[in-house]
Amino acid sequence: MIVLEEGKGRLFTDPDPDKARQFFREKSRKMQSKVMDLKEAIAKFVHDGDYLAVGGFGANRTPIAACHEIVRQGRKGMAFAGKTATHDFQILSVGEVFDRVDVAYIVGLEARGLSPCARKYMESGKVEACEWTNYGLAGRLRAAAMGVPYIPARNLFGTDTFKRSAAKIVECPFTGKRLTLLPALYPDVAVIHVQEADVYGNARIRGILIMDGDLSKAAKHLIITTERLISNDEIRRDPTSTSIPFYLVDAVCEVRYGAYPGTMPYEYFSDEEHLQEWLSVQKDPEEFRKFLARNIYECPDHYEYIRRNGGIEKMNRLRQKELLLHKEISNG
Amino acid sequence: MANYNTMEIMICVASRELEDGATVGVGTGAPCAAAMLAQKAHSPNLVIMFEAGGVSPLLPEMPISVGDSRTFYKAVMASSMCDIMDTCSRGLVDYTFLGGAQIDMYGNLNSTIIGEDYRKPKVRFPGSGGANDFASFCWRTMVMTLQDERRFVQKVDFVTTPGWLTGEDSRAKSGLPAGTGPYKIITNMGIMDFEPRSKRMRVISINPGYSFKDVQDKCGFELLKAPNIAQTKPPTEEELCILREEVDPYRYVIGR
Repeated sequence: MIVLEEGKGRLFTDPDPDKARQFFREKSRKMQSKVMDLKEAIAKFVHDGDYLAVGGFGANRTPIAACHEIVRQGRKGMAFAGKTATHDFQILSVGEVFDRVDVAYIVGLEARGLSPCARKYMESGKVEACEWTNYGLAGRLRAAAMGVPYIPARNLFGTDTFKRSAAKIVECPFTGKRLTLLPALYPDVAVIHVQEADVYGNARIRGILIMDGDLSKAAKHLIITTERLISNDEIRRDPTSTSIPFYLVDAVCEVRYGAYPGTMPYEYFSDEEHLQEWLSVQKDPEEFRKFLARNIYECPDHYEYIRRNGGIEKMNRLRQKELLLHKEISNG
Repeated sequence: MANYNTMEIMICVASRELEDGATVGVGTGAPCAAAMLAQKAHSPNLVIMFEAGGVSPLLPEMPISVGDSRTFYKAVMASSMCDIMDTCSRGLVDYTFLGGAQIDMYGNLNSTIIGEDYRKPKVRFPGSGGANDFASFCWRTMVMTLQDERRFVQKVDFVTTPGWLTGEDSRAKSGLPAGTGPYKIITNMGIMDFEPRSKRMRVISINPGYSFKDVQDKCGFELLKAPNIAQTKPPTEEELCILREEVDPYRYVIGR
């Protein structure tokens, strides 16, 4: 196959499937309890310099508790998959956790605006970026999940996004058409937040899967944070509902409200006031520093963060909002 | 004549492009409002798709994120990013709506950086998200944006998302799926399409209260003129009523 064009971005991970197979050959398949504290899981599986990916999309089913813990533990020099990363990206930028990023969507907070601290970090010249797209990163994870070095796609052509990517364009051996090759992406570690999991890591995701099916397969190490631990009997009662099987999982951490202040489908809606506060305090560096101390650095864990932001009463209101009960209440 | 603001006319004009039974990939904000309005006003069977996986929801309110739970509320399916984009890639999605910081005469969009130095940009924007994918795969790409010479520029600082590239047959030659491309540009001042041979942007309709010169003055490159430039039909009372009372009662989008 002849390479017709190639992007000049750098590949931050090795797409070689045989190296990944060697890794997976050694990975334990034992069905044993992997329950541990989030602190322990981050300390054990998230290392300086590693390639990190988190599940969810934007501030939806995103493992925010884990992002706070990574910042608290002071991880540095990581690479990060910016596959529609919004509030997670903002948090990790605060800690200057990563210095390489595969970009699909970063810096923005969707309809909420742009994050000043994330922008500042990206505009500082401290971060090496490689451009992709949402489908581009989804395809790269899918290639890894399939155990092949790349998959072909028909996006990226003709753009600077391609030129700043690490994709290649080739001629299709079957049709003669031009094809973009998306190299496999095997993150060293991924964190995915789910509604329910058993102690072994069998996990249920309710609502949109986004790219977490492929991400769970592509990642070498996988931490599951879950709203609730459930019994293995419950998993076996309804195997259709299992999204991630135990043998992909290295750690299971029960973290109720682990996606707060983002949305967790069927559990709680995003805390828009708090997310707005995150934006407004950034106008004053001293205020922002105090805000981060109060909400991240001084919190021993996610529960303290929640207590400091309205506690169980707030969580109940967000649950009502997620289930649209607030509308029924006001109509009543 | 009804009173309306800039966002309202853009949303109403955009919604008229979405016929019943079509499929459309949308993001949050104005595009989503246009799709919701179309669904409630004239296209009840419009299939709205969100790139994170929501398929054909009965949106109870405007989503804040293209992945929040509203995007699959009473949906026919809660699927995945790959599933939605595969569906676009197979040719099943008719329309998409995009935006950007800059657009050129061929409809190429920039949502990545402002500045010359990619490694140390003057302004870092989000990047493609799903825009490059949608614009590559959906049959017809539409753009909703304010008419402004800083947005409509001779040369975008970065081509994030493909339009007609360098015009003529350059898009087809690049490898992008045949028959796809920018279709209409909807602004507060008028509607543009692309001249079929050169693929350059051309004005086909002017909104009430504006002239061709007004549009040209707010554009950083020379616009072509369609043989017969139409007058855009202003929002109807019915459209405005649905938009204000059902689609966006909290004025998240139309209040901008």
